[in-house]
Amino acid sequence: MSAPTLQQKLAILSDAAKYDASCASSGTSRRDSRSGGVGSAGGSGICHAYTPDGRCISLLKILMTNFCIYDCAYCINRVSSNVERARFSPDEVVTLTLEFYRRNMIEGLFLSSGIIRSPDQTMSDMVRIARMLRVDHGFKGYIHLKTIPDAAPELVAEAGLLADRLSVNIELPQDASIRRLAPEKRPETIRATMADVRLGREAAKDKTLRGRRPPRFAPAGQSTQMIVGADAATDCDILRTSSNLYAGYRLKRVYYSAFSPIPDTSKSLPLTKPPMMREHRLYQADWLMRFYGFDADEIGAAHPSGNLDLAIDPKLAWALANRAQFPVDVARAPRELLLRVPGFGTRTVGRILAARRNGPVRYADLLRMGAIMAKARAFVTLPDWRPGALTDSAGLRARFAPPAEQLQLL
Amino acid sequence: MIRVELPRFGRFASWRQAARQLASARVDPGRVAWRHPDSDPDLFGAAPLPPVGPHPVVATRDFLQLAAQVASHSDPERWALLYQALIRVQDDRRFLGNPADPLRDRLSRMARSVRRDIHKMHAFVRFHELPAQGPRRRFGAWFEPEHPILEAGAPFFARRFADMDWLIATPEGVARFAGDAVTYAPPESRPELPPDASHGLWQTYFASIFNPARVKTAAMRSEMPVKYWKNLPETRLIPAMLADAPRRVEAMQEAGATEAPAFAARVTARLRQLPDDRPPDSLEAAREQAMRCTRCDLCHAATQTVWGEGDRDAKLMIVGEAPGDHEDLQGQPFVGPAGRLLRDEAAAAGIERAWLTNAVKHFKFATRGTRRIHRNPDGGEIRHCRWWLDLERRFVQPRLTVALGASAALALTGDGSPLTPRRGKVEIGRDGGRVLITWHPSLILRRSGRPAEQARAEFASDLAMAAALLASDQPDR
Repeated sequence: MSAPTLQQKLAILSDAAKYDASCASSGTSRRDSRSGGVGSAGGSGICHAYTPDGRCISLLKILMTNFCIYDCAYCINRVSSNVERARFSPDEVVTLTLEFYRRNMIEGLFLSSGIIRSPDQTMSDMVRIARMLRVDHGFKGYIHLKTIPDAAPELVAEAGLLADRLSVNIELPQDASIRRLAPEKRPETIRATMADVRLGREAAKDKTLRGRRPPRFAPAGQSTQMIVGADAATDCDILRTSSNLYAGYRLKRVYYSAFSPIPDTSKSLPLTKPPMMREHRLYQADWLMRFYGFDADEIGAAHPSGNLDLAIDPKLAWALANRAQFPVDVARAPRELLLRVPGFGTRTVGRILAARRNGPVRYADLLRMGAIMAKARAFVTLPDWRPGALTDSAGLRARFAPPAEQLQLL
Repeated sequence: MIRVELPRFGRFASWRQAARQLASARVDPGRVAWRHPDSDPDLFGAAPLPPVGPHPVVATRDFLQLAAQVASHSDPERWALLYQALIRVQDDRRFLGNPADPLRDRLSRMARSVRRDIHKMHAFVRFHELPAQGPRRRFGAWFEPEHPILEAGAPFFARRFADMDWLIATPEGVARFAGDAVTYAPPESRPELPPDASHGLWQTYFASIFNPARVKTAAMRSEMPVKYWKNLPETRLIPAMLADAPRRVEAMQEAGATEAPAFAARVTARLRQLPDDRPPDSLEAAREQAMRCTRCDLCHAATQTVWGEGDRDAKLMIVGEAPGDHEDLQGQPFVGPAGRLLRDEAAAAGIERAWLTNAVKHFKFATRGTRRIHRNPDGGEIRHCRWWLDLERRFVQPRLTVALGASAALALTGDGSPLTPRRGKVEIGRDGGRVLITWHPSLILRRSGRPAEQARAEFASDLAMAAALLASDQPDR
């Protein structure tokens, strides 16, 4: 058998990487090539293309190799899968990254890998690639390294100095599911690695006694990913886990990935795939926790099953379950309360606060400021609008939820 | 009508100068016609710019920033709207701060559209490598933006690609860079871009990173509007990718689960050594098992088991309540503020050697936004974790144990009664050992003023007592 070409390897190793949701390239330190090297970063990221699955391509997202000694049931690259295998040389990864980068196709590299030989061996190969890009080629673009849990802390420490972002996948929302579906991984070492990254970042922020700033450590922070729908965890369980992760390790993002059918599936997984809407609702709820001051339990309590309502968004579901707090007087309500009004986003609330210093805010003004009044109208009072009995009307949910499908008589 | 001619490049600076002059004479916006090289020929005769007038002209920084962006919009009315806004700013400094104002709304929408187009230029320009003419590599691109944004969008590429020569040709003009400043030239015919092998690899990447099991074309179209597609190498693959997606998903489902290759079982058998759950015969073995402990539910939210630390041959064991935030992250006991206090006071009391541990080995907390708030472990958690504490005591064999606070006292003596009457006294533990009860150092940190000083003094004297008790034991050993 002849050796695979670069193009064949790229096809295999990007196909293998597509189940990682993150492609963010934002929020890292500002730098550019005017002081040497090639590339720039900082500020909001750039999505250079979109595939028909609606996901952006910001980074060259590839696996160093898809050979793997672990047997995680949900993963296409597990040792027991029959998927075609390949392995990039470090030079190939570096060349692909730089040549795509120079043609303005990517913001940088997101490098992940199957575990070959040992976690330390794998991690040190990945760190080597990052070092070649940064040191040998003066690459100033974005690098995201998927950290291998169980790798030596020194390797994680070096990775943090080279990469903009580190991530460790929590994989599943509950420890018991990790132990069952990813028997070679241990939830406690995954979390301990996240704790190391947090501590590394905090240490890099403390100035030394001489006032010198230590080298930056993963300036774009850390993130993680969990698979939704491969175990029995409810949405409330998932949000609680996320909330613990955000608070414990100062994560920038938790990515939710609806368990999607993979080629060569394992027998230990459910046969049905969760609706994509579930993933969407979880992202909405995650946003509520991070930017709107909601608690995981508040959001989860809106539905007795502990799962999010798939028909309406979680903020609306919360408002419908807590109607006693409404209507809110837009002219007087504090920011925290305005943020709880369905149809008001953080930007709209910012604009309302600015506008009401200049005079009364009316219905038409809110429309212009980007409020979704079809949702908000039942929950606010304005100088020219009162919801009256609408707030407490029994049919309010039905106005937002898509109509139930009519059953046919046989 | 007053006619103002604006140049092809450097338009905003010219507009700014003319607008300042017009506004100083408070010229009515309706009397000014703004023109640039691509405007339709003017049918009316036009008056030149009037001389500088008597009125001062001011503009806020926000206004200038907004105006600079609106200046790159394709709407021919943009100059007139900006001048109208400038005149209004003279009387009503705050109107730009009011999102409810219609003129401000229109201008900020225009600015947003320009910002988006610039962002898309930064995203969708695709360079082709051109034959080099010197030591630097050369690249070229053809791009068709929605607005005349070349001057606003090109500097980004100079910062990013300072080590290569490049040109970006657009219908508005051509930007060139050769290491110094970006230069701009009037439009030329569309350049011939040679085929580039990396574009083929890029297409391979684009097709392979696509997940056929989740098609969401609306999201793709909204972020990568079709108007930009014609100059992107990858978008021509989209129809075929979409057409093939249902077949690929069906094939995956039909293939179903497969038989694992023969070597897989050997690899996993080597990795999955079953944990040793026999009763541990050493402190290390006990620690090893404790790291995987799932006896209570605390392990799910906490980071890791925080095992004891210190001198395993010491005669003194100090038992706290449970690890806190810092201990949980670092995996070591007594490294937070309460731990520092304990170490300071123990050193002051002359205690040099001790085994430091906690009654409960996992951090218990509740989240409040991005913070983890400490929670006291309950009786059940203390009881479950006593298994590990007992093992530690069996292997360390302390002559005296100091219990810090009520949870440690409960774990060691089985007595959960209030601490105040018991503090400073020696009790007999569940395993027959001597247990000296004292405050938990975090209690001292929680208090302030006199009560804190008193608690600290009591804590210090209890530790001194522990040191004395051990010293008087010395002859026995």
